[in-house]
Amino acid sequence: MSNRAINLLVPIVSVILGLVVGAIIMLVSGFSPIAGYSALWNGIFGDLYTIGETIRQITPYILAGLAVAFAFRSGLFNIGVEGQLIVGWFAAAYVGMAVELPKVIHLPLAILAAAVAGGLWGFVPGLLKAKFHVHEVIVTIMMNYIALHTTNALIKTVSDGGDSTEPVFASASLRSEFFENLTDFSRLHYGIFVALLMVMVMWFILDKTTLGFELKAVGFNQNASQYAGMNVNKNIILAMVISGAFAGLGGAMEALGTFEYVSSKGGFTGIGFDGIAVALLGMNTPLGVIFGATLFGSLKYGALNMPNAAGIPIEIVEIVIAVIIFFVASGYIIRLLLLRAATKKEAK
Amino acid sequence: MEYVIEMLNIRKEFGTFLANDNITLQLKKGEIHALLGENGAGKSTLMNVLFGLYQPEGGEIRVRGEKVNITDPNVANDLGIGMVHQHFMLVENFSVTENIILGSEPTKYGVTNKKDAAKKVQALSEQYGLNVDANAIIEDISVGMQQRVEILKTLYRGAEILIFDEPTASLTPQEITELIQIMKRLIAEGKSIILITHKLKEIMDVSDRVTVIRKGQGIGTVTTAETNPDELAALMVGRQVEFKTNKGKAFPKENILMVKDLTVEDYRGVEKVKNLSLNVRQGEIVGIAGIDGNGQTELIEAITGLRKIKRGTVSIHGKDITNLKPRQVTESGVGHIPQDRHKHGLVLDFPIGHNISLQTYYKGPISKSGIIDYNKIDKKALDIIEAYDVRTQGPHTPARALSGGNQQKAIIGREVDRNPELLIAALPTRGLDVGAIEFIHSRLIEQRDNGKAVLLISFELDEVMNVSDRIAVIHDGEIVDVVLPEETTEQQLGLLMAGHHIRNDDDNNGNGLTKRGEGQNVE
Repeated sequence: MSNRAINLLVPIVSVILGLVVGAIIMLVSGFSPIAGYSALWNGIFGDLYTIGETIRQITPYILAGLAVAFAFRSGLFNIGVEGQLIVGWFAAAYVGMAVELPKVIHLPLAILAAAVAGGLWGFVPGLLKAKFHVHEVIVTIMMNYIALHTTNALIKTVSDGGDSTEPVFASASLRSEFFENLTDFSRLHYGIFVALLMVMVMWFILDKTTLGFELKAVGFNQNASQYAGMNVNKNIILAMVISGAFAGLGGAMEALGTFEYVSSKGGFTGIGFDGIAVALLGMNTPLGVIFGATLFGSLKYGALNMPNAAGIPIEIVEIVIAVIIFFVASGYIIRLLLLRAATKKEAK
Repeated sequence: MEYVIEMLNIRKEFGTFLANDNITLQLKKGEIHALLGENGAGKSTLMNVLFGLYQPEGGEIRVRGEKVNITDPNVANDLGIGMVHQHFMLVENFSVTENIILGSEPTKYGVTNKKDAAKKVQALSEQYGLNVDANAIIEDISVGMQQRVEILKTLYRGAEILIFDEPTASLTPQEITELIQIMKRLIAEGKSIILITHKLKEIMDVSDRVTVIRKGQGIGTVTTAETNPDELAALMVGRQVEFKTNKGKAFPKENILMVKDLTVEDYRGVEKVKNLSLNVRQGEIVGIAGIDGNGQTELIEAITGLRKIKRGTVSIHGKDITNLKPRQVTESGVGHIPQDRHKHGLVLDFPIGHNISLQTYYKGPISKSGIIDYNKIDKKALDIIEAYDVRTQGPHTPARALSGGNQQKAIIGREVDRNPELLIAALPTRGLDVGAIEFIHSRLIEQRDNGKAVLLISFELDEVMNVSDRIAVIHDGEIVDVVLPEETTEQQLGLLMAGHHIRNDDDNNGNGLTKRGEGQNVE
């Protein structure tokens, strides 16, 4: 079996195995896997409305996945996508509601605010890593909590003690009448174009620019990069800032598209953490991230239909979805098994 | 004649790669049997088969005439086979005895009995003339002594057959002489030795017979007394090899590199280079001879901007480059073949083509306003691959997949192609075989003949003597002497490297050398 065939087979076999184990879990819990999975299918592709909602769900996953993947490619593990996304969400919502401007200025400004906020949230761990060798995993995890509670406090402040901000002005909204008409009034918005544009931006930076060359070199081998005259510290910081900016844009999708406001949160959104799996699933490539985000977004959104349509309790649904994702994410083991099977075949 | 070990028609494959193909090695009792081959020829694989780390796909192993199945290193130990590893497996802050008994500690009433063990170790040391203090701490003793501890370890465990894996790689010439005496003593006491090496001189000095392998194939076994280095090299490489580097006279001109009163600290703040001054002129190769760890690394890193200079200045062609950033140093006309090609020289996960542009990717013609033209990177790579005979499938092959020699050729191509005023070559041939060494030396000399300055750092005396026009000997961060290769013997150089210096007055007693600082122990 060629390497390419194995690369292709790994995700497919992983998804199938996940579905099988998920089915077993439903079976032993006394529910019909067929009913469960058809509810899942309908929840994703059932009608135009669900398709629209699924794509809407995929949008922030793409950006969160890009954020993780970009850091990965630069040799950094950004666990702080969640926090960067939350501050981006707040920043976009605040700019969207605090001022009213012509749309050509207001919308880009609100989106930019999210990118800047996320970038700033990535800058701190990048700086600490570069200057003091503090591991970025610890700092980014802590920055998540700071983001969550700081934005909650800020929301309270700007809403005079309320739980959510005013909705953003129409001039800052990503809402799309065209998509609404097309998808039976789902919340699908123009943000998907922003996400796809960012996929191209990541590809361009990594594969076309000297900056990308340096980021990848530093990611692989800091010593050799330093020897070759690259500024290792600058590249580490820049990688975290760009990664954080992608994450912040993910927040903007929620702030300006899906919800058009920001409300205080009891806990994390989970999108940022799922971004890690999205990136790994996509092998940290821009196109791969689209694939990973599609799988995640679809499963997450489609699962919502399982309790209603198949009567499966939400707890079981979450276990099933987690199992599927678990198998996809353990591609390494699957790859190992496939390789072993392949060599055995060759030996015979 | 009785054979203590017979490895007959050994075959070992890794997937589709044939590491050992039909290799036969027969070790007579009481002989030193050299195993000769280029890097990657399969020497280590063969020895790992003998030591039970790999299972062969074909052939058989006999020990003292009996067919055996060596499934793991413990079986090898029980059969009396011991290995003296190239990289010592010692716990630095344990004593000699503790290291030797490690893993099979003798106990008395459930408590480790170090006292008796130490006595036994001391007795063994005396029996074989190893001169090791059983109670010394490893980090306090010299590299040569540490190696003797490794030998003691195998003897303590009852080894009758000792495998020495590249034993002279990190030794000084004096230590090598001592090691050879020890090996002869071991033979006299009835042991048998397999010596793995690619150094022909040692083979001629010490071995009784030589088995040559080339690209995984057993080429044959010859008796040392009936062969010569030229024949061995030809057997090993498969073609005739030039030993004496062909080199005309040097015509040095202006000073290029000027290092003045340089002091550099390592990461702990210990001064590793002390008030060092050095100059290299156009059209000459200056060799820095010294034992590993005497400040060579820090000196190069300070010149190339990788390490901060504490005091002193460095200039290139009159331009002060003290404490400039690596890229500024590079752009001032310095090429640098780093001593560790995996750590500094290459991004191993990058394609070899990217690595060839590692110093020039950011400027024209490859890049324009921050955008890289990867076609130009590939084109450049193909040029270098062609000109420097880098054996690779193409510019997109990961650097990791190339052999050491080809990786090094790519680095040399990259650095020399920029035509630097000063080329710094740090251990440029480390771990390479004679064919690649020959190529690299001729490239360095070519640079010199083109009127460039070359600074060569090497731990190999042969290399320093053959390639340099002047030799600066470094010891403990200082240049102890600058000598001319044609007026100096390896013996003298070796003593200089150990911190002695050549007496100016005539001294007919002994070797004309004296130790610096009376009563000072410069081990």
